[in-house]
Amino acid sequence: MKIFREILSPLIAVLAAFVLGGLVVFLIGDDPFEMIRIMFSSSFGSIKDFCTMLVYATPLIFTGLAVMVAFRCGLLNIGAEGQLYVAAFACAWVGIKFGGTVVNIAGKDENWSWASLPPVILIPMCMLAAMIVGALWAAIPGILKARFGSHEVINTIMMNFIGIALVSYFTQYHFKVAGDPNLESAPIGAAAHIPRLSEYFSFIPPDVPLNMAFPLALIMCAVIYVFLWRTKWGYELRAVGENPSAAEYGGISPKRQIVTAMAISGGLAGMVAISEVMGIRYNYYDGFSGEWGFLGIAVALLGRNHPVGVLLAAMFFAMLSRGGITVDALTPYVTKEIVEVLQAVVILFVASLQRYSLIK
Amino acid sequence: MLELFSIALIFSTIRLATPLIFAALGGMFSERAGIINIALEGLMLSGAFTAAVVTYETGNPFLGLLCGAIAGGVLAAAYALMCIKFQADQVVAGFGINFLMLGVPAFISGQLYDSTGSTPQIDKAHQLPEFFGLSVASILVFLLVPVCWYVLYRTPFGLRLRAVGENPEAADTAGVKVLRMRYTGVILSGILAAMGGAYLSIGQSSLFTRNMTAGRGFIALAALIFAKWRPVPTLLTCLFFGFMEAITIQIQGVIKINGEDIPVQFIQIIPYVLTIIVLAGFIGSSRAPKALGIPYQKKR
Repeated sequence: MKIFREILSPLIAVLAAFVLGGLVVFLIGDDPFEMIRIMFSSSFGSIKDFCTMLVYATPLIFTGLAVMVAFRCGLLNIGAEGQLYVAAFACAWVGIKFGGTVVNIAGKDENWSWASLPPVILIPMCMLAAMIVGALWAAIPGILKARFGSHEVINTIMMNFIGIALVSYFTQYHFKVAGDPNLESAPIGAAAHIPRLSEYFSFIPPDVPLNMAFPLALIMCAVIYVFLWRTKWGYELRAVGENPSAAEYGGISPKRQIVTAMAISGGLAGMVAISEVMGIRYNYYDGFSGEWGFLGIAVALLGRNHPVGVLLAAMFFAMLSRGGITVDALTPYVTKEIVEVLQAVVILFVASLQRYSLIK
Repeated sequence: MLELFSIALIFSTIRLATPLIFAALGGMFSERAGIINIALEGLMLSGAFTAAVVTYETGNPFLGLLCGAIAGGVLAAAYALMCIKFQADQVVAGFGINFLMLGVPAFISGQLYDSTGSTPQIDKAHQLPEFFGLSVASILVFLLVPVCWYVLYRTPFGLRLRAVGENPEAADTAGVKVLRMRYTGVILSGILAAMGGAYLSIGQSSLFTRNMTAGRGFIALAALIFAKWRPVPTLLTCLFFGFMEAITIQIQGVIKINGEDIPVQFIQIIPYVLTIIVLAGFIGSSRAPKALGIPYQKKR
């Protein structure tokens, strides 16, 4: 019964999105059922489709978990977008500086790296860099809230703009290969690449960039579950989220929990870099995120702030993102923007139904 | 360096500040009534898109501006319904509205003009007219600032609006219709923000492009917070932020220090850094309306 009530409002939201979206599709002269069929088959039609959908889902699992941890402490982390950008840049920076990167500028080789470390050392270093920098970037609004009481929503929004501008500056002026028309960094060393799953599983087509970050995301779901519901620290963090003054009365420092929750949240958001920088692009690319930080809010809400829910919600939003492109190509009138409309409707419905569910 | 400070720079400042002032004044009405308005960005986009379509179809920019304002008001009413009636988290609902306004204009323009994201170019003669090099929208918004000040501080309506944002229980006891005031505040914010957006699409430029506000709704929000939710300081802050943007455009590729470009990113982040500093209380204290973000439920 409890589980039923938990999943009721997300189900209504998803249903409402498809009914409303279907109505729009019908009005412009397309077949709504055909659109929904195309959307599902683009993610579940074949093993290749399914694995590609998981590539889309991986960053959303990380950002969904990130927003969720902050939510559980009573904080709204709107800054996952900025946190994942600074983390991705830090990750690429370590990958360049310790990965033996040599760039070719006007026919001359230039060594940009300080060292050329083996994968055994470099991969954990890059991962840690992403997590630590993401955590630090998120801890700043946490500290500002704990110390000065300034609202984390406004500060995380501001930190998004600052973070994205700063990494764009560093990329443009210090880590871009001269002559490259794109705003992107030099490539990271090959030793920092994480393996793709197609190397281990022959049923995954080799052109699908699904990489080790996906199983890592699954592991993080379990880790966060154990942390929040099976450890003393997780209990303290949730206690502050439920009722800060009662928690303080019980000997828990809300200020410390706020900073901790933000740091964990930022670290999780930063892990997006592991998938994108170390597993897919192999460099830092300006504007690489598909609004994953913001979609993470939707993922956490739709997933009822539970790791299992986050996993399912991330796959749902991944299906929408992937489905949009296919729907655009295969229907006469519907364009891929229908997906953004569907996503927005889901967000608005989940937010509006919040009051009628168990978790506030 | 001196040759930068010219009449052109002043005009450029006013042009760039205009949409910010509209949106920030709008945000003021909503936030003073106790409803957080993260949706300014989406409300601006709704106005920008509607104004561009109507102006293109009818050739009348004033009709475009009016329809843009109405669109913003309607969208804001929906936002208010979610925040007030359904007590949705205001920040999340606001982001939902912003998301919606990324998709909806592109979707509609795709159906109308077979181009995703942008509307056709509006004839120069059909853009908002200019007087002495200033758009009517700029002149209008400068006139609106004293009007907003008067409404907020010298009318019963303004007193009630501020009361429901500070202490809704007391206002309710005194006979103020709390929820109605909040609806009014949010709808006003939609109308004003949408006019700022309309200025972007039919004044400053001559078409709507996808996400053309590019974060201006958030800069307006920052200006509002920096100005501590007061009309005249809001005007000055928006002008300052507009000046920053004007400088950024002027120095790009022109001014060099030791032969190097000045990185524009460092100027771009100034408004955001200032907002964080002000919120932390380093420059005076910035106190939000007390009931900001808290849904009101009548006690029985």
